[in-house]
Amino acid sequence: MSTIENSNKDWSPRIIAFFCNWCTYTASDLAGVSRLRYAPTTRVIRVMCSGRIDPEFVIEAFTQGADGILIGGCHPGDCHYSEGNYKCLRRYHLLQRVIGQMGIDQRRLRLEWISASEGKRLQEVVNEMTETLRQLGPSPIKEVVQTVIK
Amino acid sequence: MPINDEARVGFYICHCGHNIANMVDVTSVAEYAAKLPNVVLSRDYKYMCSDPGQEMILKDAEVFKLNRIVVASCSPLLHENTFRNATAKAGINQFYFQMVNIRENASWVHEDKELATVKAKDLVRAAISRVVFHKALEKKKVPVNPDVLIVGGGISGISAALNIANAGKKVYLVEKDPTIGGYMAKFDKTFPTLDCAACILTPKMSAVLKHPGITLMSYSEVAAVEGYVGNYQVKVTRKPRYIIEEKCVGCFACIDACIFKEAKFSDEFNEGLSKRKPVYIPFPQATPQVVLIDDKTCIHFKTGKCPQSCAKACDRNAFDFDQKPVTQELEVGTILLCTGFQPFDAARAPYYGYGRYPNVYTSLEVERLVNASGPTGGNVVLRDKTRPKSIGIIHCVGSRDEKTNKWCSRVCCMYSLKLAHLLKEHTDAEIYNFYIDMRTPGKGYEEFYDKLLNEGVHFIRGRVAEVSDWAINEHEKGKLVIRAEDTLIGMVRRIPVDMVVLAVGIEPGKDAQDIRRVFNISCSNEGFFLERHPKLAPVETFTDGIFIAGACQGPKDIPDSVAQAGAAAAQALALIDSGFVELEPNTAFINEELCCGCQVCINLCPYHAITFDETKSVSHINEAICKGCGTCVAACGSGAITQNLFEDQQILSEIYGLLVE
Ligand SMILES: Cc1cc2nc3c(=O)[nH]c(=O)nc-3n(C[C@H](O)[C@H](O)[C@H](O)COP(=O)(O)OP(=O)(O)OC[C@H]3O[C@@H](n4cnc5c(N)ncnc54)[C@H](O)[C@@H]3O)c2cc1C
Ligand code: SF4
Ligand code: SF4
Repeated sequence: MSTIENSNKDWSPRIIAFFCNWCTYTASDLAGVSRLRYAPTTRVIRVMCSGRIDPEFVIEAFTQGADGILIGGCHPGDCHYSEGNYKCLRRYHLLQRVIGQMGIDQRRLRLEWISASEGKRLQEVVNEMTETLRQLGPSPIKEVVQTVIK
Repeated sequence: MPINDEARVGFYICHCGHNIANMVDVTSVAEYAAKLPNVVLSRDYKYMCSDPGQEMILKDAEVFKLNRIVVASCSPLLHENTFRNATAKAGINQFYFQMVNIRENASWVHEDKELATVKAKDLVRAAISRVVFHKALEKKKVPVNPDVLIVGGGISGISAALNIANAGKKVYLVEKDPTIGGYMAKFDKTFPTLDCAACILTPKMSAVLKHPGITLMSYSEVAAVEGYVGNYQVKVTRKPRYIIEEKCVGCFACIDACIFKEAKFSDEFNEGLSKRKPVYIPFPQATPQVVLIDDKTCIHFKTGKCPQSCAKACDRNAFDFDQKPVTQELEVGTILLCTGFQPFDAARAPYYGYGRYPNVYTSLEVERLVNASGPTGGNVVLRDKTRPKSIGIIHCVGSRDEKTNKWCSRVCCMYSLKLAHLLKEHTDAEIYNFYIDMRTPGKGYEEFYDKLLNEGVHFIRGRVAEVSDWAINEHEKGKLVIRAEDTLIGMVRRIPVDMVVLAVGIEPGKDAQDIRRVFNISCSNEGFFLERHPKLAPVETFTDGIFIAGACQGPKDIPDSVAQAGAAAAQALALIDSGFVELEPNTAFINEELCCGCQVCINLCPYHAITFDETKSVSHINEAICKGCGTCVAACGSGAITQNLFEDQQILSEIYGLLVE
């Protein structure tokens, strides 16, 4: 973690956000309609269900330089497809272990249940995560991977 | 970024008036996009969704030989279909289109134009790199079953049922209570016209019963729903009445004959202000006119030692003490939810003394007291049978209150005025209305308020702090004292009264969360059913083919409920009359060559769409059952499963696009 970058107030992390269509993506629309301001750090990729999120996507995003990854799905019991979010939760635990082993700070991967009505929650989560990542600084993974390849 | 030489992308960025252009530098995004691989053309335009905007895509496609379209504008949940259609009109397969959300996801939520523009560029790059990998697909057309399920038989469900049945379609109306009618059936008069509620409601209730197109399933609940728009399979559980419905003619001989000579059990329909027997009918005009037995109080069910005098009195042999819950399966194409509200529980506001002081009533109890067919025949008397000489009506109980519910319940001011008028008429008492703000928006509503102002009713503006029986002078002795700050004269007042009426607010129905799960729809923060769009799709939900109407969507009076029921009926009819629906082709399929036969996917599918082909030793997805969640795709270790519209390569190219500049 580089202290120079930490002190750089202008640095803004890039968060890849995988949001499910029915709950969290709709919540992000609601946040928009309600004009809730939050940090411009997320880049949303819409999937139908959080169950679609392949661990490969997460690893790939980290390797390509994402500073953080946010996964948003429906609350337990509320999945549009019954239980895709439980599958997602299991993969999330697995991924936390894997990224830990890769030397990625586990706070860089976050899973949140945000329902269609929780625009406010979305705002809070993005702002919180942005703050955490600002403290952690840019993810070192991309460079590490590139030097390994070289 | 991988290059596909054949892809010729046309990129468009929308200003959305100032909605986007104020926070995202659209020209710089357009210039940036023009230089990205595969982009043949890049433009910005004021309103892409307008006709000229769409025309532009059509013309450009021809001139520039485009075969991919990317539009950066609002949310795909709003306009994806608009632009897919434009793409199709331009002679390009509609799935060679990708939308970038830079309004809800950027301009409306950010404050720094530079960073918002950087974000927009990232998102645009991702979409352009993704669209290159899109495949041409066709939407599957499936026929729509013309039959309709309506859940909830209040005024909303009744109106919708009649609308749809009058258009010649078959309707199943499922009501959880023994009778239809909802809350309206409890009222004597309705604001602002003060017309008799029963006179306008009961004819509609019997019209429902008599309509050849409507199957009324009272005392029933929906247990499960499967399928998709146009083709829903519904399981309805009919609770046992212990009466064979078709045989009962509603003569009530059994009620007279019941072993209980006196009615002993709390009567729900009268809000507990009277008693009923174990065999009963909720109210004389209940629809259907069929009695039922409450097995929790009936001697037969409690001890098995009742002579069953009720059954003996029935000359139609309608009794069946062995009835069990029966599950019936229905097939329908569309569903309307009209499950209404529940009143705020006054015990949650203990400072108003409900439950502690017998003379504190809820508005619903008073609706029954003023009702000519209510527990006292319309004679307004307190529990000790005396007539109140002074009455305080407290508005906003459980509404507009940080401690309970924040929202305005919309109907309480008006019904409090109505009750003030009716109580004055019935008792000639002094009436005090305590209000925070008087809210009377509606046709003839403000005029109704004016009328009340001239009827000698007192209005005190201020939130009531407390109701107590603590007298500080002779004058207050034996009375309930309402303590409130009168904000118009700026002092605290104590008004002693004989009776207090709590204008309880409108809350989401008790089982709203269960219903939401069964029907796979969402609720808003307060717990009311969530509409697809607050302005443009107020009766649609995010689940195609499921509509909402009435107080289940939010606090609403009868005129608005009926209007919404009409809107929901029209939406359902439009869907039915179009004859078919088009389904998103986002289903998954397995490449048999790659499948190793491990069967990991099979248990993951919530719809049991995946089976194992023993002869070929591979798994197979039934496309008709697959709903396209993609869970199996993410789990297949062999990479054998592909989800249309969400292929691995498409998502990965989106990730590269976002991160690799
Ligand atoms: C005290 C009071 C006085 C009022 N006075 C007036 C007035 O004078 N004028 C006016 O315009 N409005 C008045 N209102 C508002 C009025 O009550 C509502 O507008 C109206 O009842 C809404 O009708 P609805 O059909 O949407 O809901 P409801 O009346 O709540 O009916 C819903 C129906 O659905 C059924 N149901 C619920 N859940 C299920 C389920 N899971 N399965 C099957 N069935 C289910 C219920 O049993 C019920 O029959 C008043 C409200 C209150 C509280
Ligand atoms: S998980 Fe993949 S490999 Fe295993 S059975 Fe299913 S499709 Fe075949
Ligand atoms: S995509 Fe979802 S619904 Fe379709 S087969 Fe796979 S797990 Fe089942």
